[in-house]
Amino acid sequence: MKPAPFKYYAPSTVDEALARLAEHGWDAKVLAGGQSLIPMMNFRLAQPSVLVDLNGVSELFYIRPGKDSGLSIGAMARQRQVELDPLVAQRAPMLHEALPKVAHPQIRSRGTLGGSIAHADPSAELVALSVAQDGRFRLRSKQRGERWVAAADFFLGLFTTVLEPDELLMEIVLPPMPPRSGWSFMEVARRHHDFALVGVAAIATLDQAHDPATAKCEQARLVYFSVGDGPVEALQAEAVLKGQEPTPEAILEAAETAGNLDVDPNSDINASAEYRRHLVKVLGRRALTEAFARARVGK
Amino acid sequence: MSEVMNITVTVNGTQYRRTVEPRLLLSDFLRHDLGLTGTHVGCEHGVCGACTVLLDDVPVRSCLVFAVQANNHTVTTVEALGTPDNLHPIQEAFRESHAVQCGFCTPGILMSLVPFLQENPDPTEQQIREAISGNLCRCTGYQHIVDAVKLAAEKMKASEGVKP
Repeated sequence: MKPAPFKYYAPSTVDEALARLAEHGWDAKVLAGGQSLIPMMNFRLAQPSVLVDLNGVSELFYIRPGKDSGLSIGAMARQRQVELDPLVAQRAPMLHEALPKVAHPQIRSRGTLGGSIAHADPSAELVALSVAQDGRFRLRSKQRGERWVAAADFFLGLFTTVLEPDELLMEIVLPPMPPRSGWSFMEVARRHHDFALVGVAAIATLDQAHDPATAKCEQARLVYFSVGDGPVEALQAEAVLKGQEPTPEAILEAAETAGNLDVDPNSDINASAEYRRHLVKVLGRRALTEAFARARVGK
Repeated sequence: MSEVMNITVTVNGTQYRRTVEPRLLLSDFLRHDLGLTGTHVGCEHGVCGACTVLLDDVPVRSCLVFAVQANNHTVTTVEALGTPDNLHPIQEAFRESHAVQCGFCTPGILMSLVPFLQENPDPTEQQIREAISGNLCRCTGYQHIVDAVKLAAEKMKASEGVKP
């Protein structure tokens, strides 16, 4: 239960960190909050020979207003810092509400937004949320400079992303939700803050041509976590709602579709596949109901 | 042995200089290198909360931080709270409410509660349960711990702004 030896670098700038990553490639791991990496190292599931610690890279800790009332967050912003930030509460209410569900308070005081996203745990709240909200990530390497990747293209599978070994996740951008949208973020876990058995991020957008009470669904986004190798967007469920009036019957049909067709969950010690499928339907129905209700009142 | 590093860490107000391997966990640094065995080590993967300490006044799992990361930072452990003759109000409340049985989880719970009660001087039961949700206790069933936190909040309000 002790990590294997490694060489430790504590750069104070991004350039220095990128130089270390360029030098060591696959042998190096980036240490952000360390709340997933260090447990894996304690168990020796991960044995990187080099750690590049970003905790001294002060230029990555920011939370800033982004373009069009969106939000730009430095990869090293701590989860607790983001959770308590009034700008986040105002501009990214779903993120504000989702963060308290991410692990225990003592973990969030160390854990970072970028660390959680780069780690790409399929049960991570922030991974699903970034996909549902069409987040974009800024990546940088010493050799190839910067590139932007959409959240939907970033996650490749179990703990796997498009990040190259010499590349750093620099920034997370969350655009504002479309007008007349509502959202909901829900999960079921064994105890508060544990890994979710199933969770969902939902965004519902109503068309603007009609009165809110009779408006049709312009778009519904339903992204699940803890049901597969990565975030799972329930595309068939979303198609059920598109262009329809979001009645309780339509929402129920979409949630059933999500559980029956969109997901293929695994069984593990915490929950059977059938139970997860059941939770997908229940949470889908509740989350869509809440999201559409919020869209109607313009929240 | 891999390469070693010199670090300077301020723990409970005392500055310590030590030479450590980068892989040394802060929890083991506190216990083995500094002899501060009040910080308990349970699961070593961030689930049990027994090793919770304050790093720059913020509660963290000391088993999920490397000692080298505390270089030039400040750590506060349960040893800083009170002495047997002069307990911290939270410790007094734990004693009076019978919130301690085997005591293994207690240091971590106390160190989670110190910043919590500073931020929430008048917590609801829901907030208290939420605050200690990251600390496993296998003896008490938590009820007496919740009672103790309520009592501690009253004591701290009475003695206004007691800090570790």
